[in-house]
Amino acid sequence: MTEKGLAADGVSFAYTVGQPVLSSASARIARGGLVGILGPNGSGKTTLLRLLGGLLSPAAGRVTLDGTDLRTLSRAIVARRMAMVPQETQLAFEYTVIEMAVMGRYPHLGAFEIEGPEDLEIARDALRATGTLHLESRLFNTLSGGEKQRVVIAGALAQRPDILLLDEPTASLDLAYQLEIRSILRTLNAERQLTIVVSTHDLNLAASLCRELILLDRGRVLAAGPTQSMLEPALIRTLYGVDVDITTNARTGQVIVVPVAREAESPQP
Amino acid sequence: MRIGRRMAVTWLLFGAAAALVCLVAPLMGSTSINLWRVFDSSIPFADNADAQIFFVARLPRVLAGALVGSALAASGVVLQALLRNPLATPFTLGVSAGAALGAMLALTLDMPSGIVGFSAVPIASFAGSLGAVAIVYGLARARRSGLSTNVLLLAGVTLNSFFSALILFVQFLSDFTQTFRTVRWLMGDLDVSSYAPLLAAVPPIALSFGAFAVLPRRMNLLSISDESAASRGVDVHRTQRLAFLSASLATGAAVSLGGPVGFIGIVVPHLIRLIVGADHRLVLPASAFGGAAFLVACDTVSRTALAPLEVPVGVVTAIIGGPFFLWLLIRNR
Repeated sequence: MTEKGLAADGVSFAYTVGQPVLSSASARIARGGLVGILGPNGSGKTTLLRLLGGLLSPAAGRVTLDGTDLRTLSRAIVARRMAMVPQETQLAFEYTVIEMAVMGRYPHLGAFEIEGPEDLEIARDALRATGTLHLESRLFNTLSGGEKQRVVIAGALAQRPDILLLDEPTASLDLAYQLEIRSILRTLNAERQLTIVVSTHDLNLAASLCRELILLDRGRVLAAGPTQSMLEPALIRTLYGVDVDITTNARTGQVIVVPVAREAESPQP
Repeated sequence: MRIGRRMAVTWLLFGAAAALVCLVAPLMGSTSINLWRVFDSSIPFADNADAQIFFVARLPRVLAGALVGSALAASGVVLQALLRNPLATPFTLGVSAGAALGAMLALTLDMPSGIVGFSAVPIASFAGSLGAVAIVYGLARARRSGLSTNVLLLAGVTLNSFFSALILFVQFLSDFTQTFRTVRWLMGDLDVSSYAPLLAAVPPIALSFGAFAVLPRRMNLLSISDESAASRGVDVHRTQRLAFLSASLATGAAVSLGGPVGFIGIVVPHLIRLIVGADHRLVLPASAFGGAAFLVACDTVSRTALAPLEVPVGVVTAIIGGPFFLWLLIRNR
């Protein structure tokens, strides 16, 4: 049976022997999905994302793309299907914005091939999609945090993937930039039918962006399903050890998670 | 301008500049010679003093400078991209010192026995640079997040003093007349007076440049982060191994020829980036040519500034490179 989309079947992984970061975790990301991997820091979100993106190979279990084990696919083929956006990008060298975007064409070019006009057009189109085309000749290092993140997303889009994986895409950004990235991702998902997987520890980002959530608790999948049914006070208490109220914003209709108290709240020392 | 055109222009301009420096440098020296007489075919070579000085006395040294300069500058570019730090160079990381130790050991052990042939020096030099690179690479991998400037420089200082101590020890054991020669060589000295040492250094340098040729686009991606390179389809570990190995090989060969000449790997790539930008498809060839031109020019100064005294070229590059490095430190972070 071939299944469309990306799936992890009972994957385990450890960076150091004896300290597993993931223990037989399974996840299913349907084509066109907008999925969040949610959990506290250290729960294995980034590792699961790297395994899904083929950047790491699982010690046990397997990751499949449309039913094919990632390990049987070449790096270039995987890179033409999936692109990863790291949490933060800091450059030691002065690349321009367009250079950063064009680098996304790497998996489409031969060993000594240089980018042609089509590659440049694809890179420009990617910058346009993230609203950064006007910055193309600027130096990346002179941009604001939000602009940088958008350019990095553009570089990933220039790979022309159908799956985009983002590691904590808003963790280091100010509020306005967070909203901006959120709306870009939503648009990419709706208009370009891009499958999007986001790892985050931010409950409200997960609530406002994702249609489905995978809850990750100390390397194990606690629950997975539609966002509405995942944002249950009981589940969140297990995940974060925090009592929450779930409300709906009157103006936007958005689900909001309000932390109320630490579980078994103890007096402040 | 499109990248293809920019690459062609870069190769042409920097190649021409390097060739020009290599042609003019042999004309300068204690006896001044005439370029037209050098290439005047109507005079037999045996009677043409200008041609003899040009081809026999000075050209080997100039070509040695070009080889050493381009190998060290290109290795600097590669190490900087891989360690994501513009302050990484064969010299600052202690790679040159490792190569120097290897060469010293080969020279010293070779002397009494005379069994090991001439080629032992470049091989030992390569082994030394490879050992030093392995330590740096291991350090970068162990810290997973890459090397901060602080860690990088401290590691370099540590490796440099470690290797220097071993070099001093080897010198202490070797006999007095040999010591004078090695001290000069350790300062970085291009006193090459025949083509034989050049021929020994060409194959390893050519081999590593061949490896460098496939690297630039991958170096662009690796200089951003391992993760984004891997996500673009780069085989990160294979690329790193190839790059570190070829940079060690080039450094080893350069050091066995000219001694651990300092600061080429930092001054040249930095100036080149100011001209051509950050794309390694431009930076790497431009730095290779620029390194050749820079070291040949420095060596010409070292030959002529205090003539008839010849200053080791490493002293000249250090006088330029030391303050430059400090300026970079102040400007960068």
